[in-house]
Amino acid sequence: MKFLCVDCDEQMIFEERQLPGDGTLAAVFRCPACARMTAMLTNPMETQLVSSLGVKVGGRTVPEEPFEGIRSGVASGRDDAFEETAHPDGTQRVTWSVDAIDRLGNVPSFVRGMVKKIYSEYAKERGITDITPEVMDRARTDLGLEGM
Amino acid sequence: MGLRIRTYSELDGQSSDLADQVGRQQERVGARLSSVARVLGVMSGKGGVGKSLLTAALASSFARRGLRVGVIDADVNGPSLVRMLGVTARPLESTPGGVEPERSPDGVALMSMALLVDEDAAIDWHEPDEAGFVWRGALERGALREFLSDVAWGELDVLLVDLPPGTQRLVELHELVPDLAGVVTVTIPSGASRDAVSRSLELGRRRGLHMLGVVENMSGYRCADCGQIGALHEGDAATDLAERFDLPVLARLPMDIGLGRAAEAGKLASWLSGDAATAIQLDDLAGRVLDGLAMGEDSTE
Repeated sequence: MKFLCVDCDEQMIFEERQLPGDGTLAAVFRCPACARMTAMLTNPMETQLVSSLGVKVGGRTVPEEPFEGIRSGVASGRDDAFEETAHPDGTQRVTWSVDAIDRLGNVPSFVRGMVKKIYSEYAKERGITDITPEVMDRARTDLGLEGM
Repeated sequence: MGLRIRTYSELDGQSSDLADQVGRQQERVGARLSSVARVLGVMSGKGGVGKSLLTAALASSFARRGLRVGVIDADVNGPSLVRMLGVTARPLESTPGGVEPERSPDGVALMSMALLVDEDAAIDWHEPDEAGFVWRGALERGALREFLSDVAWGELDVLLVDLPPGTQRLVELHELVPDLAGVVTVTIPSGASRDAVSRSLELGRRRGLHMLGVVENMSGYRCADCGQIGALHEGDAATDLAERFDLPVLARLPMDIGLGRAAEAGKLASWLSGDAATAIQLDDLAGRVLDGLAMGEDSTE
């Protein structure tokens, strides 16, 4: 799937992906010449078509996590099914604010560990030492994390 | 005159690369299985013929021979191998290198959906309210793919995949593992089973799979008191299938309460090492399967 700015005859480039958590998806593309932005909106069925294949519209923004599809797909997963182990080279520690931990509590427990790891990796890669709800918002926009 | 709009192919810039993403999923499977010597499918076209019990028994017999064995419980909706192999469900360690499999007391590595959901819980998927059936097949195929690619299987001599009833999972397994080493086919004696299993064997033959042979399960029942075999099902499906597809009958296994009790208690390994007649038959079957995979005692690697 590609988007063409007809006025500029330029291919639009992927800008960001938003997944509001209601099963829909918005993928934003920008024209590199005139900066016009276009959002592709998909309904829950169309979104599911893509997620069932385990692929991401606009390309991957984070490396695939083990059992990513199972964790995001299975609704009846056990709360304590996974015990996340950090990267062995993860020497830099990040701290979570109380508000951020509260918000993480809204993530289904089956995927919570994986999501926490993705946020932590996001923070580490950017030299962020304190994860707050604002950091989570930024990560969610940058990485396209559904309902997280 | 309409606008002159360049075609998809004429744009050489960024794309969603969905095909590449799917291709990379396949590459992950290949990379993970590079440390697995052989993948063995256990299938039937019919449910309730004892595929899972046979898979568990084969795995335990292989392990008893000193082989490094893994098992995938590919029946995502009806997983049963956790109990049969005597595995205790605990939180799975998820590392960047993959999810660590659980291990049976005799060292068989296992991954099963039963390790991920509460005991007795149905497997529910997140899906749109309408037409969930459209996606369920893809989600279940994705689960099988992740069981292959995302589990830290390590070095294995053989990875057994217990396939659910029907033919589709065999096709999916073959697509994910093009160099599938072999397939064991399980039937019961009845004509209904023969007809269903025949369709699966035909599919396997068409795909050029290495079909190792037919196991006839529930081929009578073994009396717990006298050890004699009594009749259980009408029919001779194993002979019919073997003749039609030019395959060996690998074993005719009776229903045996001793085997059932051992599986129920998760103590297959110790029962199989005993001297019960069915245990000896199963051990012989394991040897035949290994011969078929060119892994038998007389085979040279």
